[in-house]
Amino acid sequence: MTTPGDEHSSVDRPAQDAQESVEPRDATPKPGVVSGRTRQGMFGVSGTGDTSGFGGLRLPAYSPAPAERPYGGWFDEFTDELLATFSHRNIPAEAILQVTVDRGEITYYVDRAHLVKICQALRDEPALRFELCSSVSGVDYGVDVPQRLHSVYHLTSMTFRRRIRLEVCVDVDDAHIPSVVGVYPTADWQERETYDMFGIVYDGHPALTRILMPDDWDGFPQRKDYPLGGIPVEYKGAEIPPPDQRRSYS
Amino acid sequence: MTENLSDYQTGTSSDASTGGDPYDAELRETTEGPIYNVSGGDWDEVLEDATHDERMIINLGPQHPSTHGVLRLVVELEGETVTQARAVIGYLHTGIEKNCEYRTWTQGVTFITRTDYLAPLSHEAAYCLGVEKLLGVEAPRRAQLIRQLLLEINRISSHFVYLATGGMELGSTTAAALGFREREVLLHTLEYITGLRMNHAFIRPGGVAQDLPEDWQDYLTKFVKTMEERIPMYHKLFTGQPVWRNRLKDVGYLPLDGCLALGVTGPVLRSAGLAWDQRKIEPYLCYDEVDFEVPTSTDADCWARYLIRMAEMDESLKIIKQTMKLLKEPGPVMVEDKKIAWPAQLTIGPDGMGNSLEHVRKIMGQSMESLIHHFKLVTEGFHVPAGQVYVPIESPRGELGYHLVSDGGTRPVRVHAREPSFINLQSFPAMAEGGLIADLIAAVASIDPVMGGVDR
Repeated sequence: MTTPGDEHSSVDRPAQDAQESVEPRDATPKPGVVSGRTRQGMFGVSGTGDTSGFGGLRLPAYSPAPAERPYGGWFDEFTDELLATFSHRNIPAEAILQVTVDRGEITYYVDRAHLVKICQALRDEPALRFELCSSVSGVDYGVDVPQRLHSVYHLTSMTFRRRIRLEVCVDVDDAHIPSVVGVYPTADWQERETYDMFGIVYDGHPALTRILMPDDWDGFPQRKDYPLGGIPVEYKGAEIPPPDQRRSYS
Repeated sequence: MTENLSDYQTGTSSDASTGGDPYDAELRETTEGPIYNVSGGDWDEVLEDATHDERMIINLGPQHPSTHGVLRLVVELEGETVTQARAVIGYLHTGIEKNCEYRTWTQGVTFITRTDYLAPLSHEAAYCLGVEKLLGVEAPRRAQLIRQLLLEINRISSHFVYLATGGMELGSTTAAALGFREREVLLHTLEYITGLRMNHAFIRPGGVAQDLPEDWQDYLTKFVKTMEERIPMYHKLFTGQPVWRNRLKDVGYLPLDGCLALGVTGPVLRSAGLAWDQRKIEPYLCYDEVDFEVPTSTDADCWARYLIRMAEMDESLKIIKQTMKLLKEPGPVMVEDKKIAWPAQLTIGPDGMGNSLEHVRKIMGQSMESLIHHFKLVTEGFHVPAGQVYVPIESPRGELGYHLVSDGGTRPVRVHAREPSFINLQSFPAMAEGGLIADLIAAVASIDPVMGGVDR
């Protein structure tokens, strides 16, 4: 938090106001990015079984806070460059739904409709130059979370030695994201893996098939609602319950 | 299309019933004796015959000694030339990432150490650095130095296995026998420090499980001396050897732009000329305090990758020696915060290593609070503030990144390893297509994929 008159406060920097016009207008998206589930109780027991008194504990779902200017470090300068690139590549500034700065890493939550164009700009623009797509992975935040499937792209600029993260959130019923294989060929296997594990369909991928699981596998194993098997034991028909049904701390 | 071999006209057919072969030599009797007039077939037909479809699709693996593990290569061959090659993976998929979601953050270490089984400590270090970044803590300096020491010992051992398995795939059983002999020395050293040859689970969130054994200086000095004697032997045995050189030189070419497009990192990227090494680019642990070089080449072939790995072993030894000097200063090896630090006080008892008797006596007999704390930390684990991090380090195979997501609970929401073997393996068709099948084996060996890491 900065106070007016502070070294980094915007009060001291009127020149920055000229940039405000290219700032994403609604920096906070309408539904809000939720990355976490709401929790209650403490021991995963509900009803009369819970005598601990911790059953009344309520924890709201975590949602990453949108960052406020100044972001600190090279993030401000970089975001300005990025938005300037957007304007001359005809990408609306609203393509960035939210910016989050957390633990020294910057995350851009982007609109999937503009993902490929954004990646193209990030790779080709001389001021940005993200030559390497380090990692593409999926995250499933759980059944109750709106837009629970996230596709996360970690991009690396070898020229400027910077790393950023792009994140696209989709619903499970409409899990379609355009493929970035055309821009970053390295995403080929990584998108296949994310499809295999989370069922996110990357439209435009040259051969989106399962990669780690067998071709005829049913379901997407890394989704949180994918049923896990228990282990039968030879003792009075008992069974070790599957890990997702065991009693555990919530 | 004729079905039977006998239907083909061979030019030497002696089958009289068909009325003779049109290409039979014409016989003309002259006064000077018989003259044979030999005429060939039409060139169009001859060429068509010579270039007819001889494509073969061959499955190499998954159980094949030359595919570097349970890797299946589907190769389209035209004679001995590879026209297309694709990898089929997943034979070693064990769901490690999913399993981590049902364990505490500390228990996760025992899973991720089983991914890349030739560089388990790289995985442990990357994962623990990620958890520490999420927690907002930093391991004590001594723990970081021990991690650095272990990582470099592990790097040498991993490169020896590259030499051993890569050599075996190219037919050099000498390389296989010697490489594994050297690895044995390295595994003994790792066992001496961590207690286990593989699957160490020694690096924990917040530090390392234990301090170095008391006589570590003598042991490691002897170890460094052994390695310094043995690594030059490999230069004598392989670097100057024409067979080895000819099998690797100008084979498996992948230039820099290809590497970047395919996301290839590690020795393969450095063989194409870019000195990209996380230890230099974004120094983690104490790599900014030690002096070492990043070997590169511009040849971009298997030979360059071999030389780079050999040079990296020398550099690793240099780092080990400098880290040993820094390690002389004693200090804690685990964070002070008892809410994170594993409560065990390990000692060696008559039945092997376990919790020390004094510690057990204290928590069982004297301090109820300690017992509760111990129980809570072991069964529940510690809470990790919500958020996500991506931590890249330099594993022997390239950029190894951990993408960890927490929602504030005691177990991860997502653990994703950006595995360099997985990413680099994508590039083998670019290296091998258009070459000979023997060079395909050399190309795959030069990537040095570890299937445990590829499939996770």
